[in-house]
Amino acid sequence: MAPPTAEELRERLRERLQAEHVEVQDNPQLCPGSFRVFVVSGKFRGLKTLQRHRLVNEALGEELGRIHALEQKTLTPEQWEEQQRPSLA
Amino acid sequence: MRAAVRTGWRIGAAAAAALRGRAGRPLSQAAGEGGSAEGGGGGGGGSGSREAVERLVREHPVVVFMKGSPAQPLCGFSNAVVQILRLHGVEDYRAHDVLQDPDLRQGIKDYSNWPTIPQVYLNGEFVGGCDILLQMHQNGDLVEELKKLGIRSALLDAEKDQEKK
Repeated sequence: MAPPTAEELRERLRERLQAEHVEVQDNPQLCPGSFRVFVVSGKFRGLKTLQRHRLVNEALGEELGRIHALEQKTLTPEQWEEQQRPSLA
Repeated sequence: MRAAVRTGWRIGAAAAAALRGRAGRPLSQAAGEGGSAEGGGGGGGGSGSREAVERLVREHPVVVFMKGSPAQPLCGFSNAVVQILRLHGVEDYRAHDVLQDPDLRQGIKDYSNWPTIPQVYLNGEFVGGCDILLQMHQNGDLVEELKKLGIRSALLDAEKDQEKK
């Protein structure tokens, strides 16, 4: 089974998680079929990291069976905004 | 200990599970401790059964399911987990090479309902994979979690040394 494309994953995550922002990067040099995803979604509010990652796994559904490895970074819209703001040192 | 386990793999799931979990101890003793599942020659249960996995995750405060071994990780993510633990001075933990045992490889994923390897368990509880461990390392959570297990992270001592200077 060929692994999914980054674009396929991006679309699915955006749709299923109503994500504000999704980045998917494939890492062929690390392991084929391995991806790094960054998702910003209000659905993550109140969830601990592991729970957020499980939500992403669920959203990926059957695509997950074709993925070899997955790294995730998950933020709520508020956290993302905070991160983007330059720090007032 | 680990080297002996690695070479013994082709001998069958039940025996392999006993070796892996109780390195050196006889099969009968291992089965007695666990209580359930592997009775009956490992037909129904096997190394990937819920009971077998449960036994493994409770074996030690820090248990890792990975590809390869701590001495020789066979995947970048598994290597990252080993390195992070090493940074914190955690060298005494149980590591299970899922590449050696397809039943365990599937069993651990079913157990945690988590699709990938490596998987890190602290005090029998699934914590996450490499990226979660990395985040915990970066935000200080890992030091705290290790403390709860009675493990003092080496990084605390490193900081102390810095302060002394």
